[in-house]
Amino acid sequence: MGEIEDKLAELRQTFRSGITKSVAWRKNQLRALIELLQDNEDKIFKALHQDLGKHPVETYRDEIGLIKKSAKYALSCLDKWMAPKKRRLPLLFFPASGEVVSEPFGVVLICSAWNFPINLALEPLIGAIAAGNTVMLKPSELAVECASFLAETIPLYLDCKAIKVTNGGVDVCEQLLQQKWNKIFFTGSPRVGSIVMSAAAKHLTPVTLELGGKCPAILDTLSSPLDIKVTVKRIIGGKFASCNGQVCIGVDYILVEKKFAATLIELLKTTIKKFYGENPKDSKSISRIINEYHFERLRKLLEDPLVADAIVHGGLLDKENLFIEPTILLDPPLDAEIMTEEIFGPILPIITLNNIQESIEFINSRPKPLVIYAFTKDETFKKQIVSGTSSGSLIFNDTLVQQLCDVLPFGGVGQSGIGRYHGHYSFETFSHEKAIMQRSFFLELEPRYPPWNDFKMKFLRLAYDFDYFNLLLLLLGLKR
Amino acid sequence: MGSEEETKKKNEVFDAEAASLFVKELRGTFASGKTKSYGWRVSQLKSLMKMLNEREPDIVDALRQDLDKPELESSIYEVALLKTSIKSALKELKHWMTPEKAKTSITTFPSSAEIVPEPFGVVLIISPWNYPFLLSLDPVVGAIAAGNALVLKPSEVAPASSSLLAKLVGEYMDLSSIRVVEGAVAETSALLDQKWDKICYTGNSRVARIVMAAAAKHLTPVLLELGGKSPVVFDSGINLKVACRRMIMGKWGCNNGQACISPDHIITTKDYAPKLLESLKNELENFYGKNPLESKDLSRIVNSNHFARLSKLLDDDKVSGKIVHGGERDKNKLRIAPTLLLDVPRDSLIMSEEIFGPLLPILTVDKIEDSFDIINSGTKPLAAYLFTNNKKLKQQFVETVSAGGLVINDTAVHLAVHSLPFGGVQESGMGAYHGKFSFDVFSHKKAVLSRGFIGDVPVRYPPYTKGKLRLLKVLISGSLLGIIRALLGWSKA
Repeated sequence: MGEIEDKLAELRQTFRSGITKSVAWRKNQLRALIELLQDNEDKIFKALHQDLGKHPVETYRDEIGLIKKSAKYALSCLDKWMAPKKRRLPLLFFPASGEVVSEPFGVVLICSAWNFPINLALEPLIGAIAAGNTVMLKPSELAVECASFLAETIPLYLDCKAIKVTNGGVDVCEQLLQQKWNKIFFTGSPRVGSIVMSAAAKHLTPVTLELGGKCPAILDTLSSPLDIKVTVKRIIGGKFASCNGQVCIGVDYILVEKKFAATLIELLKTTIKKFYGENPKDSKSISRIINEYHFERLRKLLEDPLVADAIVHGGLLDKENLFIEPTILLDPPLDAEIMTEEIFGPILPIITLNNIQESIEFINSRPKPLVIYAFTKDETFKKQIVSGTSSGSLIFNDTLVQQLCDVLPFGGVGQSGIGRYHGHYSFETFSHEKAIMQRSFFLELEPRYPPWNDFKMKFLRLAYDFDYFNLLLLLLGLKR
Repeated sequence: MGSEEETKKKNEVFDAEAASLFVKELRGTFASGKTKSYGWRVSQLKSLMKMLNEREPDIVDALRQDLDKPELESSIYEVALLKTSIKSALKELKHWMTPEKAKTSITTFPSSAEIVPEPFGVVLIISPWNYPFLLSLDPVVGAIAAGNALVLKPSEVAPASSSLLAKLVGEYMDLSSIRVVEGAVAETSALLDQKWDKICYTGNSRVARIVMAAAAKHLTPVLLELGGKSPVVFDSGINLKVACRRMIMGKWGCNNGQACISPDHIITTKDYAPKLLESLKNELENFYGKNPLESKDLSRIVNSNHFARLSKLLDDDKVSGKIVHGGERDKNKLRIAPTLLLDVPRDSLIMSEEIFGPLLPILTVDKIEDSFDIINSGTKPLAAYLFTNNKKLKQQFVETVSAGGLVINDTAVHLAVHSLPFGGVQESGMGAYHGKFSFDVFSHKKAVLSRGFIGDVPVRYPPYTKGKLRLLKVLISGSLLGIIRALLGWSKA
C-alpha cells in the first residue's frame, strides 16, 4: 500500500509542478510513445503471442498499428485541441468575452483489459497525456507478458515522474481504487465497472467505463452472392479473426431469417476452412483463450445439453493448449447462459427469426450493447435500426472498423458503458472544460441593483428576454 | 379518479415497490417512441412556457412562502431564466436533433459516418431548495429536448414550491412521460434504488456521493451539480464601487447567499482590505438600507436548521471577534443581516465548509498572487471570481485556478450565458448543462458508420502472412501514396 501511495504522491507533485500542462511536454511524450512502439515491435509481437497466441498480423492490426495511428493523430491535432474555444455572449453583457478552456483533471487512473493488452492501455494513455494529466496505468494481470512489457518499457521512454505502471492482481486493484483520483478510465466487464464506479463515488471522481455486452449482427436478405461472401468474411473477421472472439466489439451472435440459416452455415464453414484450414488447431492465425478460467467458462457454456445439441460446426476443445475451435450454434435456447451472458469467445450462435424485422425487438428486449452490426442494403430498414435501437455505436455492412475512425466517439450506453474516447474524444474525456467569462468595469447597468422597483423589474424582464428594442424604448422613457 | 381514491393514493407510502411501478410505466411510454418525436418535445416545451406565463404569480407566492424570496429574484432568476432556456431550446431543437456528419478517412473508404443523438430513456432529476423552480425545470428542459421520459423529485425543504411543482406538472405536462414525486429521504431512497438511464442531481457533495453510489449499481451515468467555497479575489487598481456592487449582487442578491455560485469568501491584500471593507459597507447600505433585517429585497434563511448552522458559524470562538459589519439575527423571522468578517482563521468552521448564507469572510494576504495558492489548497469550487485590471494576473488566474467556471470582473452572471457549459469539477460536480450542453448531457451520441460491400481488403483476413503485415502497416497509416505504392508492389509480388 505504501508503494502505491508513494507513487501517487509523486504523480500529484509532478502535476502540481505544471510540467504536464505544457504543449511541449505532451508532444514529447506522444513522440516517445511512437518511438517505444517502433523500437519494440518484435518484443510486442512476442508478448502477445505468449499471452494470447496472437499472430503478428493481428497484433499489428489491432494493437501496434492502431496506437501509432492514434498517437500521430493526437500529435497533429494537439494544438487545435488545446486552443481555447471562443464563445459568443449575449449583447446584454457587452462588453464581455467568453471562452471554454480545456484543463487536465490532474492524476488519472487507467485500468486496462487483457484481450488487447497494449491497445487498451495505450489508447487511453494517449488521451490522458494529450490532455496534460499524470497517469497511473494498471494493466490487466491476466496478460502476464504484456503487463511486464509495459512495466519495463514505459519508464524507458516516457517521463517516469508523470506516467507510472503498477502491476498486480485484485488486491492491488482494490488498493488503487481506494485512493482519490481526479479521473478513472476503466475497460472491462460491467460487473467490475460497477465496482469501479462505486469506489469513484467516494471521491466524486468522474469515470469513463468501456464495458461490453452481447453485440448482435443482423443479417438481412442480400441479393448479390458477392455481397453475401463479403458479409460472411466480415462476420468471421469480427469474431474469430480478432482475438478468437475475445473482443468487446466482436460479433456475439447473429440474427437471420430462418430460410437463410442453412446457406449461412455452409458459407461460414467454407470461409472458416479458407481462413484456418482443415484443422484450425494447427493454424497460426488464430488466437488462444487467455487462461484456464475463461477456457472453463466457455466450456461450461457448451455443456448445457440443449446448447450442445445446437452445435452445427466445431466444438473442439483442447485444454492443454487453451484452444477452442471456431464453433457455430443454430438456435440454442434463448434462456441458456450462452444467450444471456456475453460470450467473449469463439462460439457463434445463429438465432433465426421468421422475419428480419423482428431483430429490432429482439435487441431492444435485451441490455444495450456496445455495438450493433447490420448487414443490409435496404435504406428503410437501415433507418428503422438507427432510430429503433440503442447501442454504443451502429455499423452497417462491416465489423470492427470503427476502431480505425479517429472522428467517431467510441463508447457504450447503459450496461455497455459510460463516456467515450478515440480521437479528440480521448482528449475531452480526460479534460475539464472550464468556462471563462470576462467583463469590463465599463458600462454599468444600474437596474441590476436593489432597492427593487417596478422600473427595474420591467428592465430586467426585457433584459433577460434579450428584447433589446423594447429595452431601448424603456430606457428612453418611450415604453409604458 | 374520485377524491377518496386520490386521498388514499396520497397517503400511501412511496416505497421501492411503488417506485418500481412508476419506472415501469415510464419505460412503457418511452418504449412506445412517443417522447422521441420532435412534435412531442416541442409540445412539452411549449406547455412549460405556457405554465410559466400563466402561473408566475403562484410561483412568486410559493417562493415567498418557502424563502421569503423578493419578487424580482423570483421573476427574474427563476422564471425569466427558465423562459430564456425554453425559448433557446425551441429555437435550436431541430438543429440539435440533426445528426452530425463525421468525416471518414481513406482507411475505411468507402464509408460515411455520422453521430446521431438519442435520448437515454427514463431520467431522474433531483433538485434543491434554493432555486426550486429554476433548478428543477432547467434540467427538465434539457431532458425533454433530448427526448427522455422523466421523474422530478423536488426538495422537501421548499415544501410550497415542491407542492406547486407537482400541481403544475399535473396540469400542464404529459403525465404519461413526466412525473413529480414529492417527499424526503425515504422517497428519494426508493427512487434511487431503481434503474434509471440517467440521473441529474443538484445539491451538496455529501448526498451526491450517495446518488453516485446508487447509480453505480446500475451503471447509470450521472450529472452532479454541486457547490463549494467559491472565492472572490479583489485586486487593487479597479473600479471598486462597481466591483463591490457586482459582488454584492452575486452574494446577497442571490437568495441571500444561499446559491451554489455565490461568492463564499473574499481574498484580498492586507493593504487593500480597509478600502474594500469601506466600499462594501457603503454599497450594502445603499442596497438594503440601515436595517437590512427589515429589507424586503433579501431572502430569509430557508429554515431553522440552516439558521442554527449559520449561527454556529458566527458563534465559533475563533470567529465571533472578527465580525466587522452586520451580525444581527432574528431567530423568529429566520433572518440574518449581511455580515462581514475580517481575517478569520483558516481552520475555523466558517472556512471549512460552504457557507451558503449571508456571511462573508474576508481573508488577507501579503501579495495578491498568494490568493491563488489559498484557492488551490482547498477543494475545487463551482466558481471562482477575480476583480482586476491586471492582464498578467488575469492570465495567471485562468491558468492556475481550477474551478467549474471562472468570471473576471463580475459574479454569478455566467449562469445566464447559455453558450458556456455550467458545471463543476471533482468536489463541485461532474458534467455540465445549459443551452446545447443540456441537450447533450441528456443524450447518448451514437456513432453510425456505414460501409459498402466493395473495397474489401484481403489483407484483413487470415491466413496471415508477412506480406499481409507489410500491406497492413501502410493501410492503417492512412498514407495514400504508401497505399498505392504497396498495392502496386503487392500486385508485382
